[in-house]
Amino acid sequence: MSRIQALFQQKHKRVLNVYCTAGYPELNSTLPVMESLQANGADLVELGIPYSDPLADGPVIQQSSAVALENGMTIATLFEQLDGFRNRITVPVILMGYMNPVLQYGFERFCADAARVGVDGLILPDLPEYEFETEYGSIIRKYGLDFIFLVTPETTEHRVKKLDGLSTGFLYAVSSSSTTGANKQMNSVQDYLQRLASYQLKNPVLVGFGIKDRESFDAACAHANGAIIGTAYIKALEGAKEVGTATKEFLSTIV
Amino acid sequence: MNMQTYQQPDAHGYYGRFGGAYIPEMLHPNVEELQTRYLEIMQEPSFQLEFRDLLRDYVGRPTPLYFAKRLSAAYGSNIYLKREDLCHTGAHKINNTIGQILLAQKLGKNRIIAETGAGQHGVATATVCALKGVECIVYMGEKDIERQAPNVARMRMLGAKVVAATSGSKTLKDATNEAIRDWINNPSDTHYIIGSVVGPHPYPDMVARFQSVISEETRWQLKEKTGSELPTHVIACVGGGSNAAGAFYHFLDELSVQLVAVEAAGHGVHSGLSAATTALGKPGVLHGSKSLVIQTDDGQVVEPHSISAGLDYPGIGPLHANLFDSGRGQFLAVTDEDALRSAFDIARMEGIIPALETAHAFSALSQLSLKETDQVVVCLSGRGDKDLATYMKQMEMMGI
Repeated sequence: MSRIQALFQQKHKRVLNVYCTAGYPELNSTLPVMESLQANGADLVELGIPYSDPLADGPVIQQSSAVALENGMTIATLFEQLDGFRNRITVPVILMGYMNPVLQYGFERFCADAARVGVDGLILPDLPEYEFETEYGSIIRKYGLDFIFLVTPETTEHRVKKLDGLSTGFLYAVSSSSTTGANKQMNSVQDYLQRLASYQLKNPVLVGFGIKDRESFDAACAHANGAIIGTAYIKALEGAKEVGTATKEFLSTIV
Repeated sequence: MNMQTYQQPDAHGYYGRFGGAYIPEMLHPNVEELQTRYLEIMQEPSFQLEFRDLLRDYVGRPTPLYFAKRLSAAYGSNIYLKREDLCHTGAHKINNTIGQILLAQKLGKNRIIAETGAGQHGVATATVCALKGVECIVYMGEKDIERQAPNVARMRMLGAKVVAATSGSKTLKDATNEAIRDWINNPSDTHYIIGSVVGPHPYPDMVARFQSVISEETRWQLKEKTGSELPTHVIACVGGGSNAAGAFYHFLDELSVQLVAVEAAGHGVHSGLSAATTALGKPGVLHGSKSLVIQTDDGQVVEPHSISAGLDYPGIGPLHANLFDSGRGQFLAVTDEDALRSAFDIARMEGIIPALETAHAFSALSQLSLKETDQVVVCLSGRGDKDLATYMKQMEMMGI
């Protein structure tokens, strides 16, 4: 059983996944940020690999990506930083990134290194299911990594079930059709989450996009297993003197 | 029966190993709707009728195929110019925007977004939106807005809203990112008119089909003039590759026709300031398809350079990447300096001021060993009015 699956066996409700950008705010912040997230209540960490052209992200995460790249973050550097991180961090860790840098690193080499350092799963939002099924899915599975697909309110029932079938770990329910950080109302999301719950999916569901405070976290958790916070946390890190304090302050408003 | 073709991608949008639809799930409903409906809509008689009518009466098609006598003499060959510069708005771009606005209407979309670099595609999009009375938002890099003031003014006069892309390098690639993000945030009422043969499937095929009118006309026009439909060479410049896709389209599977794609070498292919994607690019994913992409070893997309804003793009359409990969196409690179020289040569030899993009195609003539018996078609993709500021600067340096 993977670390992610084990987490959901123990905890079905109010699972908190927090996104951070590798190499942000400083090149060497990656591990301190992950440690402080674990220490202050995050059940999972989603670690973003910075990219020059992050299509699915809004301005805040884009900017954190740009800063991380300026700081010198690369996939090779990230794996160096992550080498041995399992001595310090026990929560499941998911790498989120875009296809182009991963293809340049070498897709199989990427999966092998991720598995070697102790990463548990991958989110690659621009890897479509056709290419997953025909080419990349078998490589991901070969290294025992979970792979998480996204669904949106516009995704049909048939397709939700298909993507749930291909996913392992959990299913990522995007709360509204938007880029990350869009300010949309969570109450309109309830119908959609209830609909997802009625599909009897094999995976737990975490809700992301637009979760920014306790109210939106509670709303997301009402009909799902938990939620993912990204933009709001990156904002909290912006200009913070010390990531530990900033993380503690931020997460105390959520959990 | 599966005859190999260079024209059309497979069912998943692949030309050889390039293409596909590498998009986040948020775009899936829109892209899938296009994938399932574009061919059926394009084949509807009512669509074809309106498309052909507008191309004839509004765009001014067919554009002439002009035998360039003095240019031919200079190269000791037979050179024909396909005059896309005579299209309404001054370039081939409008062939595609006419097609896509009609398609958007069939899909019931009443809000149009587009990206633009130099502003030519933005103007062509703003034009067809005005024609149809549809809301139009054009994303343009902040830097390009400064560099291309006349085209920004044209778009605004036509009623379009020009939005500055302030992310990344603030040029065409970032304008494209912003347009895609807009589409993600507006999933139901919006159609995205991509200006080149790039983007997720079906865009490369759809745009190539709309632009294929260029080579469709070239075939019968050449037959009228020479008795043969097939030239020996077709030459076109390539940024993303829409005019080249159109100029090549009906010759792609005529293997006797040499297809010459001309990329922008900027200050020199290996100068670090270049946009010669096939020379510098590696396989990667950009703007929704797998193709050749100019990027760092770490997979970060590199900001290219060309004096011509229309060729200043770090990728190339998957159709062209496959022509390069398979050897079907010949890819040449032309520097800023050589392109400028050709622009002046053509102006003085034929009385035609070409766009800087097109000037690259002309410059490639000197890299080919043309024979007296060759029949060469150059796609004159656009006129040079938009580049006058650059040309004026050059004349100052030349003391003209």
